[in-house]
Amino acid sequence: MTEIMQHVVNAISLGSLFALFSLGIALIFGVARIINFALGEFLTFAGYTIFVTVGFMWLPIFVVIAAILVVVILALVMERIAFRPLREAPATTLLIVSFSLSNLLTNILLTTAGGRAKTVDFGSQFVTPISIGSVRMTLLDLVTIGVTVTLILALSLVLRYTKIGIQLRAAAEDFGMAKLLGVRANVVVASAFAISGVLAAVAGIILTVRIATLTPSFGNQAVIVAFIATVIGGLGSLTGAALGGFFIGVLTIFLEVVLPSEFQSFRDSFVFGLILVVLLIRPNGFIPTPTGERA
Amino acid sequence: MINLFKSLVNRWWSLLSLILILLIVAVIVSWLPRSVERSMIVGLINLVLVAGLYIFVGNSGVVSFGHISFMAIGAYTTGLLTIPTMAKVVIIPNVPDFILTTSIGTTEGILVAGIVAAVFGFIIGIPLVRLTGLAAGIGMFAVLLIVNNVFTHFEPSPSGSGMLTRVPTDTKLFMALIWAIIALTIAFIFQTSRIGLLLRASREDAIAATSIGINVSRYRLVGMVVSAFVTGLGGALFAHYVGTFGADAFFLQFTFLTLAILVIGGINSLAGVVVGTFFITVISHILDRWTNGDSIVGITMDIPPGSREIAVALIMVAVLVFRPQGITGGREIKWPFRSRSTEDPEPSNNVTSDNTGAN
Repeated sequence: MTEIMQHVVNAISLGSLFALFSLGIALIFGVARIINFALGEFLTFAGYTIFVTVGFMWLPIFVVIAAILVVVILALVMERIAFRPLREAPATTLLIVSFSLSNLLTNILLTTAGGRAKTVDFGSQFVTPISIGSVRMTLLDLVTIGVTVTLILALSLVLRYTKIGIQLRAAAEDFGMAKLLGVRANVVVASAFAISGVLAAVAGIILTVRIATLTPSFGNQAVIVAFIATVIGGLGSLTGAALGGFFIGVLTIFLEVVLPSEFQSFRDSFVFGLILVVLLIRPNGFIPTPTGERA
Repeated sequence: MINLFKSLVNRWWSLLSLILILLIVAVIVSWLPRSVERSMIVGLINLVLVAGLYIFVGNSGVVSFGHISFMAIGAYTTGLLTIPTMAKVVIIPNVPDFILTTSIGTTEGILVAGIVAAVFGFIIGIPLVRLTGLAAGIGMFAVLLIVNNVFTHFEPSPSGSGMLTRVPTDTKLFMALIWAIIALTIAFIFQTSRIGLLLRASREDAIAATSIGINVSRYRLVGMVVSAFVTGLGGALFAHYVGTFGADAFFLQFTFLTLAILVIGGINSLAGVVVGTFFITVISHILDRWTNGDSIVGITMDIPPGSREIAVALIMVAVLVFRPQGITGGREIKWPFRSRSTEDPEPSNNVTSDNTGAN
């Protein structure tokens, strides 16, 4: 029983982190039909910002704020320079653009910061193990779950009650109609990018504390997970994306437990294989968007 | 007789012109320093890979993020088969006996590599060609992730990360040139064949194509198999060029590079494949020289490593923003002299192609 509880805690923790990754992609996709492959670099930039600012001996909260700010600015610049001129382009073109932006940012990091892994000592007090009953976990597991739940709640409140939130939802539903009714396209898309930046930055911070090593390809795994989670959850559906991310996290832990040890190293293959199966059975995802529209 | 010749030229000129360009460049390059020759070999390998990608993406209109898995399969196939038998016992002791005891020539190895990749393309194609748009792109991406994961943990050798060494380094300029011409010819024959034309029709309007009885999935599957074959050849050429490689050679970097070349050249035409490859090869060569602090075209610069990748990514974004149809705009190269003969067997040829270029 304790053992099962242990796995459940691990699964929920990883699932929450993955859900956080996925929300950043789903939000932008819902509004602008862009699968933002460069989300991984948002996480990486958050990590490198921490690496730089930790050296300044700031209060941890300022480090966190700096990381979020950097990523939000990056997201806004990206939207303005690359995606705004391409608003009408087909979804696959946008995907290729985001893919090249991701590559561009990785290589900029590679040239400026070098390819060697960097150790970041930030928030290490969160990773010391604690025990509740006989279940062992780290404070970070709890923080991850807590932060994810808080952010999802906050996001749904913003989407439901604020003006920009309502405009975002309207734009996600029918962008053309929303524009006709006076929603300003540029503002809506930019705010989707900004919010996505915040979510990605938080995910990046958590990941940095968790792994404590940075490389320019730090965010790759995350973006791959998010990418797939969003698709199987139903592109454009926020709930679907969060569930999709959560599902992949749980699946990963589950396979880690049940796969015999000689197949352990092929765990990811099983995860991606199952995802292919989901894609083939339900090409519109678990929770298809109401319009049923797919690019 | 003259008319027959004219019709042949009209039909094949789009391909012949590209082959001529390659031959002319090769002749010029043979007078230039060795470093230029090496760049051209790399360029020709990329040309084969991009031609493979183009056969599926260009004709079907479905973007694939997973074609580099065919490249990986091609490279490993020829690698495992062509390492000298003497060396196999040391380098790859863990493979099945029939691989351990046989060693075949490079050309055979490359052909087998193409065939194995094609078979793999057929198997994964059966379910995947049913997906369209983003789902297709992501489905293929999942395939790439799986193939990468498998090869990373594939341990033919004790060294790990799927490392293979001592693959004969036989890819020289002439050989790469021959294979590039073969790849272009396959691509051209496919795109002008009945199946290729039907596939192109489905690219323009899938619903209309289905409504007049085109079985889109079936033709996509054929496209996938042909495309996997050519990409597999490219992977094999790469293996015989570098000689030593691991699983991480076939991942996001190549996926990005091949897509970038295709997009920059123009995703809908074979001419785009050649123009894009040429453009990127020249830029890569110049930037590589500058990265080493060498002088080229009389200018010496010292730029940090990674500049080439940054430049390629920037060019790609710029092309997508300012000229989404690519440099060629989806046009093929046409026979430059308009035939005045009234018996021109395919008078509508030029008109249709102009229309494709315009949209």
